[in-house]
Parts: sequence; C-alpha cells; structure tokens
Amino acid sequence: SKLFSGSQVQFAAPPNSLVSFFDASLPGTLPVLNRRCVEAAVMTGLALNCSINKKSLFDRKHYFYADLPAGYQITQQRVPIAVNGSLSYSLCIDNKMSQMVTKTVRIKQIQLEQDSGKSLHDDVRSQTLVDLNRAGVGLMEVVMEPDMCCGEEAAAAVRELQLILQTLGSSQAVMAEGQLRVDANVSVHHPGEPYGVRTEVKNINSIRFLAKAVDYEIERQIEELESGGTILNETRAFDSKLGCTVPMRDKEGKQDYRFMPEPNLPPLILYNARSLPANMNHQQVVNIDWIHERLPDLPSVKRAKLVEQYGILPEHSFTLLNEAGLTEFFEDVIKQTQMKPKKVIGWILNDLLSYLKQHSLTVKESPVSSFLLADLLNRLEKKEISSTAAKQVFAELWKGEGKTPLEIVKEKKLQLIQDQEDLERICQAVIDGQENEVMAIKSGNRKVLNKLIGLVQRETQGRSNPVLVKQLLEKKLSE
Amino acid sequence: LLGRASLLVSAALKEGRVAPTELCQRCLSLIKSTKFLNAYITVAEETALKQAEESEKRYKRGQPLGVLDGIPIAVKDNFNTAGIETTCASNMLKGYISPYNATVVQKLLDQGAVLLGKTNLDEFAMGSGSTDGVFGPVRNPWSYSRQYKEKSVPKSHSEDKDSNWVITGGSSGGSAAAVSSFTCFAALGSDTGGSTRNPAAHCGVVGLKPTYGLISRHGLIPLVNSMDVPGILTRCVDDAAVVLGSLAGHDPKDSTTIQDNFKPFELSDLTDVSKLSIGIPKEYHAPGLSSEILALWSKAADLFKNAGAKVIEVSLPHTRYSIVCYHVLCTAEVASNMARFDGLEYGHRSDMNKSTESMYAATRREGFNDVVRGRILSGNYFLLKQNYENYFIKAQKVRRLIANDFVKVFGSGVDILLTPTTLSDAIPYMEFIKEDNRTRSAQDDILTQAANMAGLPAINVPTALSERGLPVGLQFIGRSFQEKQLLTVAKWFEKQVKFPMIQLDEVKRHDHGVFQHQKSASFLEHRT
Repeated sequence: SKLFSGSQVQFAAPPNSLVSFFDASLPGTLPVLNRRCVEAAVMTGLALNCSINKKSLFDRKHYFYADLPAGYQITQQRVPIAVNGSLSYSLCIDNKMSQMVTKTVRIKQIQLEQDSGKSLHDDVRSQTLVDLNRAGVGLMEVVMEPDMCCGEEAAAAVRELQLILQTLGSSQAVMAEGQLRVDANVSVHHPGEPYGVRTEVKNINSIRFLAKAVDYEIERQIEELESGGTILNETRAFDSKLGCTVPMRDKEGKQDYRFMPEPNLPPLILYNARSLPANMNHQQVVNIDWIHERLPDLPSVKRAKLVEQYGILPEHSFTLLNEAGLTEFFEDVIKQTQMKPKKVIGWILNDLLSYLKQHSLTVKESPVSSFLLADLLNRLEKKEISSTAAKQVFAELWKGEGKTPLEIVKEKKLQLIQDQEDLERICQAVIDGQENEVMAIKSGNRKVLNKLIGLVQRETQGRSNPVLVKQLLEKKLSE
Repeated sequence: LLGRASLLVSAALKEGRVAPTELCQRCLSLIKSTKFLNAYITVAEETALKQAEESEKRYKRGQPLGVLDGIPIAVKDNFNTAGIETTCASNMLKGYISPYNATVVQKLLDQGAVLLGKTNLDEFAMGSGSTDGVFGPVRNPWSYSRQYKEKSVPKSHSEDKDSNWVITGGSSGGSAAAVSSFTCFAALGSDTGGSTRNPAAHCGVVGLKPTYGLISRHGLIPLVNSMDVPGILTRCVDDAAVVLGSLAGHDPKDSTTIQDNFKPFELSDLTDVSKLSIGIPKEYHAPGLSSEILALWSKAADLFKNAGAKVIEVSLPHTRYSIVCYHVLCTAEVASNMARFDGLEYGHRSDMNKSTESMYAATRREGFNDVVRGRILSGNYFLLKQNYENYFIKAQKVRRLIANDFVKVFGSGVDILLTPTTLSDAIPYMEFIKEDNRTRSAQDDILTQAANMAGLPAINVPTALSERGLPVGLQFIGRSFQEKQLLTVAKWFEKQVKFPMIQLDEVKRHDHGVFQHQKSASFLEHRT
C-alpha cells in the first residue's frame, strides 16, 4: 500500500479509485508510515552497500501543483534512510561480449518520499484532469554520484539497479509502468577542470532511451559550449520521437521549497541486533541485521555462482540474468540432460534466445520447454543425431505442434547411421569414386579430405557423424 | 438539572429520573434561546435526537455504554464530524461535510454521548477572542449574568445594554460559552497556545489541556501540529477526568500519540496536601497582569501554604522569549498546513479559472481572512532558505530551552506549578477589537503558551469573580502524562474556592424549579 496510507497501489486502475482521505489531503488526516516501504528501503540500501541511518527524518517540501493535494510532499531531505553506497556494473568493451569491464558508481543516498498524482493537460478544453491514484505511493529515490561518462554506462548501471531491485522484490522496476523512473543529470567539462553546469533530463521511458538521451545531451552541451554559448541549469525533457532533449515547460521554476520537518512523524528509528532493546516486540520494529540475513543473492553473486558451478563464461552469466526466466530454464535443462553445461549454454543463448528474440517472446512464452530441449540435447549427446540434425529438430519443436524430438527425428529420418560397416562401405565407395582427390590427399593436401567427408554426408543424407567419417576415411587412406 | 455535573446527571439517567431524549430536548431549546451568544455554528438537532433515542433504548435495557451515555456534548468546529458540516469558521470550509469522524469525536459517540452541534471559534483557531470567525463573534454568557449586570455601571440611558457584552476569549470560545451557559455538559476545544484554557478562564469553566501525545489529533484540523491538543471543557474537574478517560490512549492513526496503555482513573478526594510542592514561577507576574488577578494568585498560594503544602517561588527564565518563539513556529506550521487549501479537492473554489495559479490565488484570498493570510505570509517568510536557520531553527532551539526550564523545575522536586491563566477578566468586545488579532494573541497567550511549547498538561480552574462580576481562573501546570496528579490537585483547589454558579435568566426560565443548587458547580450529590 502507499507510503503513509492504506490505499492500494495498482497500475492503470480507474482514475481516483485508490485515494484515501489522507491521499486527498482532507483536513485533519495524518500520515502513518508503512513498514514494508521502510523494509524495502533498508534492503535496497544494504544491497547497494550503503550505511543505513539508524535515525532518519521526514520533511515537508512545499510547492503548489494540482497533483500535489497537500501543497507539500513528504520526503527525507535532512537525513535520508541510507547513504554512501556503491553499485557495480559491467560493460562490454567495443560491443564485444567477450570483453567485459567492471565499473562502479557511488550511491549518494536513498530516501523515502511520496509520489505525486498525475495531471493530464487537456489543451482543447483548457482544463487539467487530475488523477490522485498515484498520490502518496512510496518512492525510493536513489541518488547516484556523477561517476558515469556516457549513455552506455548510465544504461548499464540502471540496468543492474533494475535487476537488483527485482531480485530484492523491493520494486518490480518496470520502466514502462512507471515503477522505475530515471532523471539524468548531465554536464560536461574539460579534463582537470571542475564539473560544468548540469541540466536535468526527464521523461526517459526506457533504458535504451536513457542511453540516447544522455548521449544527445552530452553532444548538445559540447556543441553549445564550443560555439561560445553557455549551459543553463534547467530541466529538459527527452523527446523519444525526435531523439533529442528540449527545455521543459517550467513546472516549478527556481523555487524555494521551504523545507520544514514533518511534525506528524517522529524520527524513524531502526535497530540492529546490538541496539535492539530486550523487551521490544520484534513485530513493532525494523531490525537491519534481520533484514541483512535474509537478503537474497544479488545478481553479481548469482552470476559468479553460475560461472563457478557450470563453467560458463562471465558474459554468458550476464545474458542469462538479463532475460527473465532464462537462468531457471538453463538450470532446468542441465538437470535433465547429460550434456555438459558448457555445451548447453550455447543452445540456450544461440538457439533458444535468438528464436525468442525473433518472435518477441519471453522465456515464459517459449513453445519449447526445458524438458523438450533436454530430451533433444540428450539425443545429440548420445550421438543419435548430428548437430546439424539437432538444429533441424529444434526448428521443428519451435512450431509447438506437440511432437517430441524422437517423433521428429523419425519423421524426418534424421537418425545417424549407427552401423559401422554400413558407414565403412559408403566411405569406401566415395574413396573409390574420387581418384584425384585421393591422390591429392595422399600427396599432402589434407584439406581435400573435407570434400570427401562432404560427399559421404551427401550420400548418407546428413545422417553420418562427421567425426567418425573423418576417422574412417583417414584410416582407409592410410592403408 | 442542566447545571449539574455530568456524573450526577448520569446517575439520574441510570435511575430513570430523567430520560436522554428529555435532556437532549432541554439542551436544544436552551441553545435556541441563547442563540444571541452565537456559541454554535451548527446545531445537529435531528441526529442529536436520534442519538438520544438510541441512548434511551439502552438505558431501558439496563445497558448504558458508560457514564457518558446520553450526555449532551458539543464539539469545536475544527474537529471533523461525519455528515455534519465542519467549517473552522472559515469561508474556505463553509458547507464542507467531512466523510469521517475525528478519533475523539468517534470515541465520544462510541460511549453514547449525544452530539448537539459544532461550536464557534476564531477562524482556523487563530485568535484569543473567538471574534475572528466568519460567523461572527461569540458572546460570553457572563455578559448576561446577574453577577455582571449588577456590577456594570451603564454609561448612559440611551446606551444599548447589549453593547458592552464581553468576549469569551479564544479560540475555543464557542465551546466555553456552550458549557458555561448549560447548553451541554462537556465540550471539546483545541489548545495550541492556550485556546482551551483562555476561554475557560473568561467563561468560568474548567479547561483542560492534556499532555501532547496523550489524546489523538486525528481529525482535528491542525493549526500547529507540534503543539495542538484536543482540549476538554466542563463545569467541574471530575467531569474533565471522566471525559479524559474516554479520550486518552494510543491511536494508530496518529503517529504522535504515545504507545503506552492509558488507564482511566477516578479522582480521589485529596485531604492531605502536605506532601505537595507547589511552584510559583516568578516570570508569570507578567506585564499587564491585573492587580486583581495578582491578588487572587497570591491568595491561592496562601491557600495551599495554609493547608500544609510546600509553596516555593521558582524561575522559568526563558518565559519572556516564548511569544516570539511561538510566533515563528506557529506561523511556519500554519503556512505549511494551509497549503492544502487550494480549492481543488474540497472546500471553497473561486470562479476564477484563467489558470491554475490564478484559481489558487483567488480561492485562498476569498477563503481565508486576514489573520490566516497574515500568518501564512509570515510563516513562508520564516521558511525561506535564507531565513530558515535564523528563524525556524533558532525558534526550535529556544523552544527546547523553554521546555528545559520546566524539566529543571519539575526535576527539583516541584509537583505542580500555579499561575494565572489570563492577564485580566474578559474585556468588552468593543474594546477588544481596538487592537488587531496579532497584538491580542501576543498579549493574551503569554501565560498559557509555554505549556504548549513544552507539551505539558495544564488546567484552568475557575477561582473567583472579579470586581466586574466576571470569572477569573487560575492555572495549574503538571508534569508530562501526570494528569492524575494534576487533576487531583485541581479538584482539591476547586473544592476550596467554591466558585459561584452563573445566574443566567435564560437558564432559570428553562429549568424552572428543577434548578436547586445555585451555589457551586463543584459538588457531587453523593458526596455531601
């Protein structure tokens, strides 16, 4: 529910259907702090290596706007709940997945505050429609220090933050639904000089747009300065259609927010195991240590575990975590197959994932289940089919017609020839029919062997194991 | 009957000697005949009678909800009452019908109390006269008492005898007048700088300001969140204790209420005051204190001394800074609390619709009186970034010093402080309005404010009549959450002084014959 009231929080509910008396700022109503929000903030603070302030305070930030019913927002300006943390994230150098570098951005603070409602401007009828469903929803504002240098870094950092929040469960962090909102503060300066004037860029609706917006703004500022202009400390909006930032209609102006302590909320006191008084009912308090003990594995830990456990590459672990449900799918397949994880990962990332992307499907929506894929991979392992054949089977499975790999193999006659004698006979036949090539091979041109292997493949309609064929040919040619 | 303490009438209800509906009717008709007092903004006749009927049914079944069942009460119009208009005596909330009951209102209703109506006040509780609301000023019932009329010398024959009526004090003047004129047995007020105790003193009733955090403020439209408390106005100390018992306790909807379990208490009769230590703060001999009240204060101190109590002079050295400190903190909070009145969600909305900003500006200009607007402007000034440190922070520091004064004094063995409540008796309205609200508030709050700064409990006990035949009260200030001790001492004092009952012709007419005990309001039949 909301930060200071019991109203539900729900995306796209009918306008003004989730508004309590307090949210509507009816006179005489008072805020009551929501414990879950506090716990979420503590979890997030711990996950970002912050110091959790055992005492934090609430303040009123005043400004007049139609979607702020009380005429002030309750926030934490003087002492926020968590400070001085860090977030590590990884980037690929030069777009090559194989070269990843780890960077860190410092977290200045995390503060709890109220969201405002939404106003929709109807210019046609000269009116503003106000929906207070969102008014009072709890927000965690995570403030990062200006340690990032470009759109890519910003995007990677925010992506990692998103994964962390989703892992913790403290937010679903879906940007499209406004659950994660990003404002980018951008400035430029020459190396060695102090930071330049910054602009704030709002209205960024996806991680991709974040990178674009940041890069555009950097360009714009450089151009402006190099042509002798100055940068205004202003708020700009990102226009996703045009791919640029524009000055925003001055919503608040240079305002004095007249911060004042929120008198209706006592200081927020958090405890740890040491400071917790003996007689305190643990239902009534938030214990930092208790929360710390119950933190789930963060993405970075999960990735490291995947690499260690399965011997996959670090960049593989990134891709696995980046796709909702993919890690689980991968691990399910591992459980059901003898194929080594190092080989399975190829199928997951190159085959399954690319098919999903092509058809814009999520892992959950995959027509190929982990069971089916594992079955297919087992047959490949047992050399019942060649890897080319396996790809064909996979394509068939993708149609989602309910056939098993075995059925598809039989139907398309993809089984590898198991009879060695049969294979030897075919090899011999090919050798007999390719005198020139045989002579070339015998005189040292090993590459020509591939042609012979190819011919055998053709003869067997792809149902021969190329490794075995090569062995047999070599044996025969050396006789 | 109407003049009696509620506990007594409660016995009468229980024994069937009087019915709740009859009691309610009498109060309602007395309200009508005392309409000139302008104590009530809204009289909720229909709902009150219904509540009385329900109460009657319960009594007939022998299952009353408690001592307050069937007892007519009034509530200051800055408390939210579901279905009944809540205006705060302001244009901003004229016609505003709240969808919920304030916690204290709900508690009284849950006890079976009969809500007669909402009482008049200074607009948004800003003022010390109950003269600055949009429904006009409240008149002190004592203006029409035989005691006052006998003492007042008409200036000329042609003078309208109505024109020298005196104020009730404020800002809970309506509630004080309602209790004082017998239209109800108890009333809720609010107290931020003295708004319950001040009118209680001028109207000759008991006015209790509880410790901050003891009673829920949920539903009380705030003036200064860090100082406001619901106040209790009754005709005797015992009644105040009963009402306190039904209201006090933690409210999850108000995060500033303490968690400890509150145990309602019955006041015992103090017989031995020798173990008591009464402090007389010398700084409360404030400039402008009338010689009459000074004498009364001194007499009261002697009363305790002669009864064996230890009476010592103490010092609260930061008292003289409390006015300015209060002014800064109060206006700052007011500016903040009033920000929600923008005409969008509820209340008055101006017809001006050129832009949102112009609508806000017009709405707030039309909705608020000068007093409110003045405080908002001051408050915003003090909260500006460049001023915050010098004004707001400084005032908070001074506030702590003021609070510490009390801590030191109470820590040195003093149990209760005895001070005057007001500088003089009630002055005529015509004289009162010669100065502006701000000046008046600054003058009148000096003796009551500090208790709000420190969050301490305090009570006005009517003590004697002035030379002009008007009530004068004295104030007791106690330790945090020690209401029991405070009220016990207050009750003892009340018994000693035997404050006279108001002699109002209107009331007499109503209660003809039934009105027996004229002498004192502080008796309880089963005790004599």
